[in-house]
Amino acid sequence: MILELQGVSKLVGAETHIYPSDLKLVEGAINVLLGPTQAGKTSLMRLIAGLDKPNSGKVIVDGVDVTGVSVRERNLAMVYQQFINYPSLNVFENIAAPLRIQGLAKDEIASRVHAIAEKLHITRFLQRLPGELSGGQQQRTALARALIKQAPLVLLDEPLVNLDYKLREELREELASLFVDGKTTVVYATTEPQEALLLGGHTVVMDAGRILQVGPAIATYNAPISMRAAAIFNDPPMNMLSASAISTSEVRLNDGTPVKLARAVDSLSPGQACVLGVRCHHVRLQASNDAIAIACKLDLAELSGSESYLHLHHDSTILVAQVAGVQQLALGSNLTVYVQPQDIFLFDAAGALLSAPQEGQ
Amino acid sequence: MAHIEFRKLGHAYSGAPAKLADYALQPMSMDWRDGGAYALLGPSGCGKSTLLNIISGLLIPSEGQVLFNGEDVTNTPTRGRNIAQVFQFPVLYDSMSVEDNLAFPLRNRKMAESEVKKRVQEVAEMLDLTQDLKKRASGLAADAKQKISLGRGLVRKDVAAILFDEPLTVIDPHMKWQLRQKLKQIHQHLKLTLIYVTHDQVEALTFADEVVVMTEGKVVQQAQPEALFARPDHTFVGYFIGSPGMNFFPVTLRGDSVLLGEQVLPVSSSQLASLKNAQGTLQMGVRPEFVSLAEAGSAGAVQAQVLRVQNLGTNQLITAQFGQHVLKAKLDSRSQIAPGTHWLQLLGNESLFFCNDVRIGA
Repeated sequence: MILELQGVSKLVGAETHIYPSDLKLVEGAINVLLGPTQAGKTSLMRLIAGLDKPNSGKVIVDGVDVTGVSVRERNLAMVYQQFINYPSLNVFENIAAPLRIQGLAKDEIASRVHAIAEKLHITRFLQRLPGELSGGQQQRTALARALIKQAPLVLLDEPLVNLDYKLREELREELASLFVDGKTTVVYATTEPQEALLLGGHTVVMDAGRILQVGPAIATYNAPISMRAAAIFNDPPMNMLSASAISTSEVRLNDGTPVKLARAVDSLSPGQACVLGVRCHHVRLQASNDAIAIACKLDLAELSGSESYLHLHHDSTILVAQVAGVQQLALGSNLTVYVQPQDIFLFDAAGALLSAPQEGQ
Repeated sequence: MAHIEFRKLGHAYSGAPAKLADYALQPMSMDWRDGGAYALLGPSGCGKSTLLNIISGLLIPSEGQVLFNGEDVTNTPTRGRNIAQVFQFPVLYDSMSVEDNLAFPLRNRKMAESEVKKRVQEVAEMLDLTQDLKKRASGLAADAKQKISLGRGLVRKDVAAILFDEPLTVIDPHMKWQLRQKLKQIHQHLKLTLIYVTHDQVEALTFADEVVVMTEGKVVQQAQPEALFARPDHTFVGYFIGSPGMNFFPVTLRGDSVLLGEQVLPVSSSQLASLKNAQGTLQMGVRPEFVSLAEAGSAGAVQAQVLRVQNLGTNQLITAQFGQHVLKAKLDSRSQIAPGTHWLQLLGNESLFFCNDVRIGA
């Protein structure tokens, strides 16, 4: 199924939720809408689904204009953040509901319910009511009901956000494997960059009602078109250091530190204001030959178990370093961190990307 | 401030528990150091709220004692315990100003007004609320309101302990680290006994000097953050801490050989000794961070089928299968690896062994 949005926009009252946007979903793949809260992910999804009618523009499915065709007449399935099930029906009947509406034969329904329940590991709960299940099991039920229709388009609006992180980890993995056959076009909304990378597929980076960038997940991550896109696709957000150009191959940080760029940027003119972007895991504790040293003070070490996020500052510059292992350092410690020129992104003063590190470096 | 002790404390919500599984909180003894920052970490339903309610006095344990500075308070109600509590959602008076909200617990206890003013100022400063003191609480954003709740918990100097129940749930993810920093600074500054309940590992590990990990009504490890990652005492800790969690593989003993499937693992003599002493189901645990690519036939390596390679930017997450086991490995983002057959090193210095889910050996 090929779905295309042409110049769609959505206003609610005087407020613009979606500015005129174009988007062509990649058929048979996971299309991830990535953006912070209020980015317009749910609004865009509702336009795709036909739950809302756009104020302008068209929704085209397989070459046919379906703008304004209600969701009931469209062959798609949707799963929301909240666990939505029929509370008085048991899990079996919850999952079977869409097939009952289609009027399928009893044994066909039973075999399909069992097959999808098996895939989502809820077979042993089929006779229970949703209220008797944990959050994870309730969401598995909602997913099973969405998937049993075998609709060519499945919309998942932050389906894991209300689950504990271990459950999130497991279900995310299963979700990705449910769609590997390439028969379903999936739209998946999330605020988490890691989730976009884990799911792979294509990423649509969104912010404040606009689509900023579209492309394969890792390519989009590797070359964000702007500071804003880079901020959204990195958690913790990419470090941004204000600087001004000395030449096409050297810039000076605001505190005076000169930084030689790994490659010359021809469009850079002396004196031009610019911003260096450095991913948190590229801010290192080990010195190396050509690395820039930045003397910092530690504001907080956040620990995830396998990694530590060091929140640092140097004058008014705030930096976050993501390093391996558990770093238990006293608040206020002095710490020098190092950044290698080949890891640096360069943005112009307006935030547009001037140069990105070469992949695989 | 108080030193809190549990003596053979356990709780079952109904009747006389016949077996351990009947307990919401299995009997145990535990010490909470005066001035320590503790996190209670575990999935929902693990018993952490039961434990917190026992400390606060909302729940009287069905067996054992709770002591505050040596004094038995098992049957003392909450108001007699001098405990401050901060909940998931802001608890404050919307119609009052921020200042009056912060002052409330003090005025309630008839503290002199000049003292109240001074203390409110101090706490407001710690939490960056000074500029909001005159504002009405109702007009503030969720995170500011929760800061006021924190402030109300912190404002009294004489509390035995401050209990936090998932206090950052309503806080925007981007704001969370700042509040974690505040809490940590405040702990360093005031040296209060803080007990913090959460299901979020980052929150627990960042906040606490010591983390108490719970599952199914049982405390499975009480340790510093580093130990939970490097030396989990229980397979649950290995699984729960780290993302993805630790890989586990069944191992068997045949004479003096330790076998992973049909392969002999070259374990150290001390590891062998502890494995031979153990009675029960044996497992080897290795974290995804410590699995690496190996030469064909290397000792302690297995030939595995790499099923999936996910590039996560910071690293590559590998899903592989050998025999019936699925394993995860985190490799450097520069490693060249594609689905197919590869040799993966499992046994190394960081590998651990477990018997009936409990870690064995030094």
